[in-house]
Amino acid sequence: MRGGGWARSRILGLTLFAAAIFTFGLTVHSGYLLGMAVLIALHALVALGLGLLMGWAGQISLGHAGFYGLGAYASAILTTRFGLNPWLALVLGAVGTGLIAFAVGKPTLRLRGHYLAMGTLGLGLIIWTVFNQAATWTEGPSGIRDIPVLSLGGLALDNDQRFYWLIWPVVLVAVMLAGNLINSRMGRALRALGENEGAAAAAGVDVARAKLGVFTLSAVLASIAGSFYAHYVTFVNPSPFGFALSIQLMTMVVVGGEMTVWGPLVGAGVLTVLHQVLAISAQRIPAMEGLEVVAYGAVLVIFLLFRPQGLVAPLRRRGAPPRAAEPPAPRADEVVGEAS
Amino acid sequence: MHGPELLQYLITGLTQGAIYALVAAGFNLVYAATGIINFAQGEFVMLGGLLAVTFVAWHMPLAAAVLLPILVVMAVGAAVHWFAIRPLRRAHVVTLIMITIGVSVVLRGAARLIWGADSHPLPPFTPGDSIGLGGATVQPQSLWIVGVTAVAGVALALFFRRTLMGRAMVACALNSRAARLAGIRVDRMNMWAFAFAGGIGALAGSVLTPMTFTSYDVGTLLALKGFCAAVLGGIGNNMGAVLGGLILGVVESLGAGMFSGYKDAFAFVVLLLVLFLRPAGLLGVGLRRDDQ
Repeated sequence: MRGGGWARSRILGLTLFAAAIFTFGLTVHSGYLLGMAVLIALHALVALGLGLLMGWAGQISLGHAGFYGLGAYASAILTTRFGLNPWLALVLGAVGTGLIAFAVGKPTLRLRGHYLAMGTLGLGLIIWTVFNQAATWTEGPSGIRDIPVLSLGGLALDNDQRFYWLIWPVVLVAVMLAGNLINSRMGRALRALGENEGAAAAAGVDVARAKLGVFTLSAVLASIAGSFYAHYVTFVNPSPFGFALSIQLMTMVVVGGEMTVWGPLVGAGVLTVLHQVLAISAQRIPAMEGLEVVAYGAVLVIFLLFRPQGLVAPLRRRGAPPRAAEPPAPRADEVVGEAS
Repeated sequence: MHGPELLQYLITGLTQGAIYALVAAGFNLVYAATGIINFAQGEFVMLGGLLAVTFVAWHMPLAAAVLLPILVVMAVGAAVHWFAIRPLRRAHVVTLIMITIGVSVVLRGAARLIWGADSHPLPPFTPGDSIGLGGATVQPQSLWIVGVTAVAGVALALFFRRTLMGRAMVACALNSRAARLAGIRVDRMNMWAFAFAGGIGALAGSVLTPMTFTSYDVGTLLALKGFCAAVLGGIGNNMGAVLGGLILGVVESLGAGMFSGYKDAFAFVVLLLVLFLRPAGLLGVGLRRDDQ
């Protein structure tokens, strides 16, 4: 067994990434750009987990905005109502969200294909309904204000710059851990699973358990990102956590490419910027209102049709057999239509 | 809750359930032929309703305004298959499902650009007051909804059993390679499955709109509940879809009577319970076996 989780290309990638984080943080002082960078980081954290689920376990979730929201609301409620330490609230939110994901994943992941997609779509809608309806806890549509900021060693992370220096290192660590996971026994199991479920099961992979594990992990990651969001914005209301965000997150993974840890990161960057550009144009040109919704769907369809491997195609692993002859995306293990 | 009140909830539930059954039948058509859960099914319903609203605004006779959207959305369904699904027929089923999600977002966004974010009404098919029934009231449109669902259900059953095309579609679902060897054009059959799903969705949209109004964003919830009805009845099974739809409608209506804010949560709870206890649905296995 080649324990080479730390291939040279990986170390190089992480070093370059860290360098990019430093360069941006040291040279950019615009609050707007730093704020955008923070938003990208938050989306990237969620997309990273979702990418593991989509790329490696071959499943889709339409409820990740809900998990993101659960983290945000858990932090908001636990810190404002119960005066808990924000870091403790973050952990409790992550545990609670993980348990919910586990409970929903357990029945739906036994089945193949699309049941998790519909199950998580429903779960996301319910979470959103609860945010709106359970006003005694969530303050309903008007939301929860005055959420305390995070502090680190006595330093309050109360502006874009300070938060930038917290959140991007967190993303770096998350990317590192995701890379480790992919190169671990679990990662190999997931990879086998993504390529041929039957063969993976025959080789002794506990398919349902591996899927459930990665689904729960991705929900926990989303919840953590949501907690960071709550402490960064210091205000939560239900509107950002709806179905639209779940679609955006899925699109980020597809656009970036789901078979490397870098893909979701790139996707989060590209789509968060695109979203801002379209939102600003919609403010200037009224006729464009609503166009951003179409844009997301169109981007998703176009990428799936014409560049299903995403912007960041995986590098061939050293020592792995060349797969050049293989067409990029199709995985023919679940034959549909069998036509042509 | 007793007597007339209970009866009223039951009537509301059965009406709503008939709509879910129609949506579920649309899911089943596409699923049986291609193995895909078509997330744009709810958008077909939405388009049907909004097109009917527009045609009525153009002073078309009501019958034409209700029937024409069926043809239009059939064309939309066929186009969705031909341009988005067919090129990827060899892809992973999850990719295909994601494509239908993308298509649903595009249709929803386009509807928002065309019709705006407002709710639009449609006149009832037949004018007249509600009918009293044991202390409860029935709106004439409810009778239309239930009647249309019954006719559509029978028509679908006859289509699959008695017509060459219907039988060819069943053949594609059971074994598409064998079907092709027998001279069936699988691609074309799949396209027709999408077209019929569009048509039945549009029909659901136009009978539903006089009861509930419609807007660009009604598709998501309808799709979720229609899917839930399909799973409850046993996905791929059209009798099951009707049964599942009616049960879901009644459960939801009674539930809403007790916890009004959480009406939409019931569908999801039912879905999870079914997946936990009886993933094959109430009426046993569907056409495909690759689900478990």
